Amino acid sequence: MSSTTIKPYLRLSGLEPLVIRPEMNFVNVGERTNVTGSKKFARLIREGHFEEALSVARQQVENGAQVLDVNMDDAMLEGVSAMTTFLNLLQSEPDIAKIPIMIDSSKFEIIEAGLKCVQGRCIVNSISMKEGEEKFIEQAFTCKAYGAAVIVMAFDEVGQADTKERKVEICHRAYKILTEQVGFDPQDIIFDPNIFAIATGIEEHNNYAVDFIEATREIKQRMPLTKVSGGVSNVSFSFRGNDHVREAIHSVFLFYAIKAGMDMGIVNAGQLVVYDEIEPTLKQLCEDVILNRNNDNNEATEKLIAFAETVKAKGKVEVKDEAWRNETVEKRLAHSLINGITDYIDADTEEARQKYPTPLEVIEGPLMDGMGIVGDLFGAGKMFLPQVVKSARVMKKSVAILTPYIEAEKEARKQAHLAAGTSNSEAAGAAKILLATVKGDVHDIGKNIVGVVLGCNGYDIIDMGVMVPADKILETAQRENVAIIGLSGLITPSLDEMVHIAKEMKRRDLKQPLLIGGATTSRIHTAVKISPEYPEGVVHVLDASRSVTVAGSLLSKEQKTDFIAGLQVEYAKLKEAFNNKKTVKTYLPYAEALRNKVAVDWEHHTTQTPCFTGTKVWEDYDLNSLRPFIDWKPFFIAWEMHGNFPEILTDSVVGKEATKLYNDANALIDKIIAEKWLTAKGTIGFWEAASTDDEVEVTTPEGPVQLSFLRQQIKKAADQPNLSLADFIAPKTSGKKDYIGAFAVTLHGIEAHIKRFEASHDDYNKIMLQALADRFAEAFAEAMHQQVRKEYWGYDINEQLSNEELIKEQYMGIRPAPGYPACPDHTEKYKLFSMLKATDTIGVQLTESLAMYPASSVCGWYFSNPKSQYFGVGKIQRDQLEDYAKRKHMPIEEAERWLSPVLE
Amino acid sequence: MDIRKELEKRILVIDGAMGTMIQRHKLTEADYRGERFKDWHTDVKGNNDLLCITQPEIIKGIHKQYLAAGADIIETNTFSSTTIAMADYDMQSLAYELNVAAARCAKDAIKEFLAENPGAPPKFVAGAIGPLNKTLSLSPDVNNPGYRAVTFDEVVTAYYEQIKGLVDGGVDLLLIETIFDTLNAKGAIFAAKKYFRDHKQEELPIMISGTITDASGRTLSGQTLEAFYTSVMHAKPLSVGLNCALGAAEMRSHIEELSQIAACYTSAYPNAGLPNAMGEYDEQPSETAHFIEEWAKEGFVNIVGGCCGTTPDHIKHIADHVKKISPRPLPVVEHSL
Repeated sequence: MSSTTIKPYLRLSGLEPLVIRPEMNFVNVGERTNVTGSKKFARLIREGHFEEALSVARQQVENGAQVLDVNMDDAMLEGVSAMTTFLNLLQSEPDIAKIPIMIDSSKFEIIEAGLKCVQGRCIVNSISMKEGEEKFIEQAFTCKAYGAAVIVMAFDEVGQADTKERKVEICHRAYKILTEQVGFDPQDIIFDPNIFAIATGIEEHNNYAVDFIEATREIKQRMPLTKVSGGVSNVSFSFRGNDHVREAIHSVFLFYAIKAGMDMGIVNAGQLVVYDEIEPTLKQLCEDVILNRNNDNNEATEKLIAFAETVKAKGKVEVKDEAWRNETVEKRLAHSLINGITDYIDADTEEARQKYPTPLEVIEGPLMDGMGIVGDLFGAGKMFLPQVVKSARVMKKSVAILTPYIEAEKEARKQAHLAAGTSNSEAAGAAKILLATVKGDVHDIGKNIVGVVLGCNGYDIIDMGVMVPADKILETAQRENVAIIGLSGLITPSLDEMVHIAKEMKRRDLKQPLLIGGATTSRIHTAVKISPEYPEGVVHVLDASRSVTVAGSLLSKEQKTDFIAGLQVEYAKLKEAFNNKKTVKTYLPYAEALRNKVAVDWEHHTTQTPCFTGTKVWEDYDLNSLRPFIDWKPFFIAWEMHGNFPEILTDSVVGKEATKLYNDANALIDKIIAEKWLTAKGTIGFWEAASTDDEVEVTTPEGPVQLSFLRQQIKKAADQPNLSLADFIAPKTSGKKDYIGAFAVTLHGIEAHIKRFEASHDDYNKIMLQALADRFAEAFAEAMHQQVRKEYWGYDINEQLSNEELIKEQYMGIRPAPGYPACPDHTEKYKLFSMLKATDTIGVQLTESLAMYPASSVCGWYFSNPKSQYFGVGKIQRDQLEDYAKRKHMPIEEAERWLSPVLE
Repeated sequence: MDIRKELEKRILVIDGAMGTMIQRHKLTEADYRGERFKDWHTDVKGNNDLLCITQPEIIKGIHKQYLAAGADIIETNTFSSTTIAMADYDMQSLAYELNVAAARCAKDAIKEFLAENPGAPPKFVAGAIGPLNKTLSLSPDVNNPGYRAVTFDEVVTAYYEQIKGLVDGGVDLLLIETIFDTLNAKGAIFAAKKYFRDHKQEELPIMISGTITDASGRTLSGQTLEAFYTSVMHAKPLSVGLNCALGAAEMRSHIEELSQIAACYTSAYPNAGLPNAMGEYDEQPSETAHFIEEWAKEGFVNIVGGCCGTTPDHIKHIADHVKKISPRPLPVVEHSL
């Protein structure tokens, strides 16, 4: 067994953990719960309205604060008791207490009082050597005993450090003391190298920001595990009263400080302008002042002051409904993108096209800026997938308007080049990513979502659709010179196809990294089976939100090598662990497993006779009646919103978006039903059946059909049977007449509507429709099964279960599907289909990988035995494989291929 | 005799329930009182910790049963031996003495066991530090969420005295267990660190064991498992783990998660299943052992045993099942990014 590794990250906690990883870029510390910084908060605390003061904290969390700074330093307050009362109250608010607390005071007794109230791992803000080493060491020991990380201010016996050299020197001295004498881990030390006000008119202050930024760079270089933080609003102190300019200064300052290595900062979460959104003149002036450029005789400072007077304080008026329409076209486009509004996109795009020199610049400028914000908000968890997909819809619409102009321009340039005899050196544009669902598989909701999310992040997506053969994928990849290939699949045979493609990529000497995703894929399968086949990088991507960072790392020259190397080491370890683990489990010989069947007292068992044998077909099942059977949880999971239904609708984080999504889904269902977009077809059948060990012989009008099942072989606890589905059918030797059933249901008619949505660039509704068709198919299977239990087979006529209980599978009997854990062999589907004549009667086709088409289809066996239950066969051994192949008259190699997921 | 050396070699077994075993003796009020407290002014039946003073032979006997079953670590009978918890019997003043007496019972049991079983592997006494009956993160008054029935300083004082008694009695380890409010545990950690610093004594290894109370996967005070671990890792514990509230079946996913994130050794001692309709634990020794064997094979654990409802028979089955399985290797803690 190989051991896991633990990285030296700063780890904090509230009710939930916060791990500060390098890729987090910047951690927002909410600053408004500070009596020295927020008048409102100070007033509430002074007047003893603590509960109301909590709302300030809540607002910070809602606006994206990842840590909450709490400060009660006010001459009018009894700091210790104010801190204690506030923090005790805060602990009873889970939606606030989930994030870590930063206890902020210049008085150590207030800090300690705070530490006594918080169960999570806090940050102390701050301690320093201003009163000498001895006191510093004592305070550091105390913080350590409470398990807190510390902010150390660059402050010593002489005073607060203002130059770069002094800042670095003091921090380094503190570092040595903390790590060598107090026993602090370096990652638990955060330096605050003092952010001072610039542009004060005093010449000596002009270089303060540069000193901070450069000190940060050197601190991070010399003490790489430590963190750097600071109170950002200090820097703009001389512009107080003018929030417009202050926010721009903060944003520009952070832009450079973060680049230099600043990890976290105390900011007003929710009031940070996006660097790219600052008007260019102001940004230029801010940069000069912060970087102390063009600033002889305070020249830059004076220019910024002059500018500040012209803009005055643009009050932060709450935007009325349509007020944003009065903004610049760029802002309007960004607003439409962020809020997913298509109403004005035609006019705004046209206006932008006329304003910018070329249509391409509209895309590369305002549209990509807007999508950049969307990407950032999504990355920061402030936007959710359904919103992002809506943003993408707006983007696509706008691009569609511009495309004809771009083509016309290209053509004009080409003609000009031809006329001039020069070659056309048109740049390649955005990196291309190819996505495809592999051969034999028809599922593509997840792939479509990945495509949209990557598209939003500026990649050019080539989506090859479903059931794409390997050579077509690879030819396209080579022809289009794509940067990354992404494969998706939902059924288990797709895993083998992915391995095959990886081998082919190596054979063809491709260099592109390969992304693997889809419900059936896993990190472990990728590590063990796919990654070893292709040396240029194979990455398993858990969900759409991860795809962006992964693509970013793979396409960045600096990161790619390290990223792939790191991943390969990780996968090699997983593989090793997997191989080691295999030997630990013990299995029974197949013959012995067979003897450990489910104990059914067949002698006293009464089997139930169905009300007909043969099959029954529904050509057009009423969709309305299926609606109550819909299981919404998987619907939300398809949209990467995890949680239980209906609780998710009122969830404090995603509730609002979930409700919106739910309403949109129901509106679409109304339409689907009213306009008959989809036709539900289904068939069921019952036949006499008798088991012999793991074989079940079924009597059909066309003659006997032999079904083959697999049995668990893992060694079970005493009295626990080794299950096989065959155990639930009366053995031939019992002399009892027993039955088996089967069903297949499907939804026809989706294609035309998908095409229509594709044509109008409406991914949101496309994905929505696919997800809903899947839900309908599952609901249909559920409804059918209930009728079978209560009526057609009638073995549980008195059943009274709610939809929730149905979802929890509390009914009697089961409906396992070939290819799923209880009967993992997909090829048994051929028998099921021929017994039901499902292709003829309800038009469902089987692909060569045994996926069903239309994709929204469900099939399975019915078992009525009260002892029947869902289970997984788990891994089987060679002896069972050989027996199974013999029983099925299948060459052993073929059986091996189909059963590979359950073989070691 | 360094427990770390043993942990490198094998999975160690910690003992099972004390209360369940005491119940079997069907003791009366008079038995609890003994000679010394025959005139005590409150009822004391149910004050199991008091038996370390009034019925030491019974407690020692239970320890020996667990040792014979294969336990490597036995816990002192001190779950409630703090001034705060003893206030229920008005026995605050006995807290220190209870801890010393309990440690002696356990030490004596080991001494006698080793004399009767020469060549047995080394055995360890863990000083049990319980969660207190008052919490620092939760208000007992629903109408006043900011109220606390006890302060951090009071908690530290109470634990400090308990730790002093345990150390003076000669325990080998400290075990802060059944943590449902992390802040109480932080008080215990604070007290332990302070005790060893005050006495300029080398720290005894600290084991930490939290309690996930229900299917939410959180502690009673609302923390996720990772948040809990993050909040106590400054103790630099010998081990971190889970006990009580859940049976092994329910505990599996949590111990799996913990085994991935903990930089130290991991421990798990679940209840004997969930209580049945009669409030009794009826999971059979072989069943519990089967679950725990699987955890061991998966490499989740270094220390295993039982909590409520488990008996020497459970411990024997557990010990037999994990004997040949290698322990979870310690994670590699990296020192650069």
